[in-house]
Amino acid sequence: MKLDAKIPEGPLAEKWSKHKFNLKLVNPANKRKYTVIVVGTGLAGSSAAASLAELGYNVKAFCYQDSPRRAHSIAAQGGINAAKNYRNDGDSVYRLFYDTIKGGDYRAREANVYRLAEVSVNIIDQCVAQGVPFAREYGGLLDNRSFGGAQVSRTFYARGQTGQQLLLGAYSALNRQIHEGKVEMFSRHEMLDVVVVDGQAKGVVVRDMVTGEIETHAGHAVLLCTGGYGNVFYLSTNAMGCNVTAAWRAHKRGAYFGNPCFTQIHPTCIPVTGDHQSKLTLMSESLRNDGRVWVPKTKEIAAQIREGKVKASDIKEDDRDYFLERKYPSFGNLVPRDVASRNAKEMVDEGRGVGSSGVAVYLDFADAIKRLGEDAVRAKYGNLFDMYYQITDENPYKEPMRIYPAVHYTMGGLWVDYNLQTTVPGLYALGEANFSDHGANRLGASALMQGLADGYFVIPYTLGDYLATIGPKAVDEKHPAFAETKKAVEDRIQQLLSLKGNKTVDEYHRELGKIMWEYCGMARSEEGLKKAKKMIQDLKADFWKNAIVLGKNEEFNQSLEKAGRVADFIELGELMIDDALDRTESCGGHFRIESQTEEGEAKRDDEKYAYVAAWEYKGEGKPEALHKEELKFENVKLTQRSYK
Amino acid sequence: MNLTLKVWRQPNSDAKGSFVNYPAQNISPDMSFLEMLDVVNEDLVKKGEDPIHFDHDCREGICGMCSLHINGRPHGPKQAITTCQLHMRSFQNGQTITIEPWRATAFPVIKDLAVDRSAFDRIQRAGGFVSVNTGGVPDANAIAIPKPVADEAFNSATCIGCGACVAACKNASAMLFVSAKVSQMALLPQGQPERYKRVQAMVTQMDEEGFGSCTNTGACEAECPKEIKITNIARMNRDFFTAKFFKQEEA
Repeated sequence: MKLDAKIPEGPLAEKWSKHKFNLKLVNPANKRKYTVIVVGTGLAGSSAAASLAELGYNVKAFCYQDSPRRAHSIAAQGGINAAKNYRNDGDSVYRLFYDTIKGGDYRAREANVYRLAEVSVNIIDQCVAQGVPFAREYGGLLDNRSFGGAQVSRTFYARGQTGQQLLLGAYSALNRQIHEGKVEMFSRHEMLDVVVVDGQAKGVVVRDMVTGEIETHAGHAVLLCTGGYGNVFYLSTNAMGCNVTAAWRAHKRGAYFGNPCFTQIHPTCIPVTGDHQSKLTLMSESLRNDGRVWVPKTKEIAAQIREGKVKASDIKEDDRDYFLERKYPSFGNLVPRDVASRNAKEMVDEGRGVGSSGVAVYLDFADAIKRLGEDAVRAKYGNLFDMYYQITDENPYKEPMRIYPAVHYTMGGLWVDYNLQTTVPGLYALGEANFSDHGANRLGASALMQGLADGYFVIPYTLGDYLATIGPKAVDEKHPAFAETKKAVEDRIQQLLSLKGNKTVDEYHRELGKIMWEYCGMARSEEGLKKAKKMIQDLKADFWKNAIVLGKNEEFNQSLEKAGRVADFIELGELMIDDALDRTESCGGHFRIESQTEEGEAKRDDEKYAYVAAWEYKGEGKPEALHKEELKFENVKLTQRSYK
Repeated sequence: MNLTLKVWRQPNSDAKGSFVNYPAQNISPDMSFLEMLDVVNEDLVKKGEDPIHFDHDCREGICGMCSLHINGRPHGPKQAITTCQLHMRSFQNGQTITIEPWRATAFPVIKDLAVDRSAFDRIQRAGGFVSVNTGGVPDANAIAIPKPVADEAFNSATCIGCGACVAACKNASAMLFVSAKVSQMALLPQGQPERYKRVQAMVTQMDEEGFGSCTNTGACEAECPKEIKITNIARMNRDFFTAKFFKQEEA
């Protein structure tokens, strides 16, 4: 199958407007004859479900949490970008587009990113109208702050919990449609497969997580808004339940997987303390507005800190190395995430890391507190400082925070065209679940923007075109594909439940995470990746022999839920490694040690790798086939990214 | 640290539950409370016993999914944090820790420590929204909102819907939760057109769900991990009575 991204013709700034006009419409009376299935209720899922229901479609929405409000978008801290230019500081749609393309190290589609920047302004309007309490200034208008990879202040925020406030907004819109009877909501339901009828997605198979009942649901289209797969690394800033199962099942049913190896390692997370650790906690990027990142100038001083002989605040100014400010004078502490993360790792590798483990760098607020006062710092970041204190038992107002990079986001995801449709007609992917807008590195405060852009302002237009094309005829749930897919799901559950070995699923997950972090994390090499591939294959074989899965299907069974997800993560891990092996260049968060500039920055190879890698599943045990979508840059010039 | 856990086990909503004791050994003070439970569960799984089921997800205190009544207090002994943020350094070696689910008629137990809080969703569906469709809204800066008002609305909006207020209340009242949701909208200009309709719809649904009444003991405020203020309840009551006594246009 040939990949067709369906990017509209014409000048960049007119593509979306023209495309919207060319898309077919469904007449209002016919809309109620269609059913749309939305899986996941984060920003993308809730906003899509609500917006489609408002248009008149019937929507069935599913989430694995006990309430749609708990989807992991809720945890986003720092903010949401929009090209409002309320600050009069030179922002524009084009600048947001340019910063995003450049920030993604030129591995995203121009047309998609431009559309994202274009609709960003509508998102803020929409959220305010819903009653989202964004931060305001004394004049009563909206406040902004700066985020990495940009020299303008375009980030809107609600203290340190922007994600929660935006999601509560989308959730309220969803609630209104549930109240109207246009959305039927299924909480504590996990999607386990897509039903494909004659090549088109026509439904899903889900498990009721309380009763264990396996249900089929039919619809004219299926929207996967199921988030990212950072938990393949075991430790990440994702929620415990975040998983790749919905996307991976769709992949096995024919949806290509785009750029799976593009992972974002966020520079400012609370460092790991021990083997018991179950997840990592992010400290928002917004902290880099006022916090300064440093390590001691010498290994000797770092060693004294590690041994607890001196405190950070005792280190003299001359003995500190503010390495981001030193190396990147124009962006300073606000370089993009991939650059900040790599530099932190470099410092630790040089033996200048701090904390008892030595695997951390400082994020210091002493200057900000001196400049603004402790109260002002508390007003801006209080909840983050409290969170840090709860976890570490250290007071960040007195001593600098210890931070280290951690897996945070996955730019890769299901391949979609300009309409957000995967390679399976009728199957769409929105938000973090797709690969589309962030290239090889996402800028801070852009994930919320993309999730809501896809759900509020893209899918309501593009889905109509597909639905108008297939017509409103009811989906036949008696089609054998429904029973067959359901049977496949049941068989797999039985297979999992038959595993009565001696190793817990968590042990497999931790092992997988270690392999991925070591060989497919912040630095990747051909030798390491090849070794990791073998290790994962062995792990998979071992899992299906020796894992312990307890209980039965017909009950609330967290052991079974976990097993299914980890089994899928193991398979995804292998594909990520294949993808990282294929891409011998470095770009954004994907750093191949074989490909770096003299200064140690990621060195792209635009001649050979200016493409999206789209992987096609070929069957159990067979290598996946690689399809390439060439990336054409008609508006921006590809240059070595510089934040100096 | 070595501890003894006294845990509520209940196979499903119909079954009769009971306390079961488990040892928790070699626990690091740096572990979170849920990580401690993970360790205990790993041991149980290795022995082929059903692990202790509890709700949890983000583990950073914002999703509101974790619950747990720990030694008689929702979210444990510390102020202003959720169970997932509680660390074992808050306990002492040798201590016995009693762990129960939220106890409220409106929150039936699903299994062990996990309860059904869908009543909260239904209350919000009854009216916890501003009726605007996607698109066609004014510019975000078209309406200025005084900072103190916006900040106060934000404080109400920080409620994570965990249900600790209900669990803390001797009447299992949901007034703190409902009033936080009502207040956010009642404070903001965007919430004005439906202000009085909203409060009546949400309160009616709250009563239907079987939550108790508020008797102003203030346990909810004391135990709320997000420090939602009881003044929200006063605000909700005022709006509710206004709605009952006056027509919308006179309110």
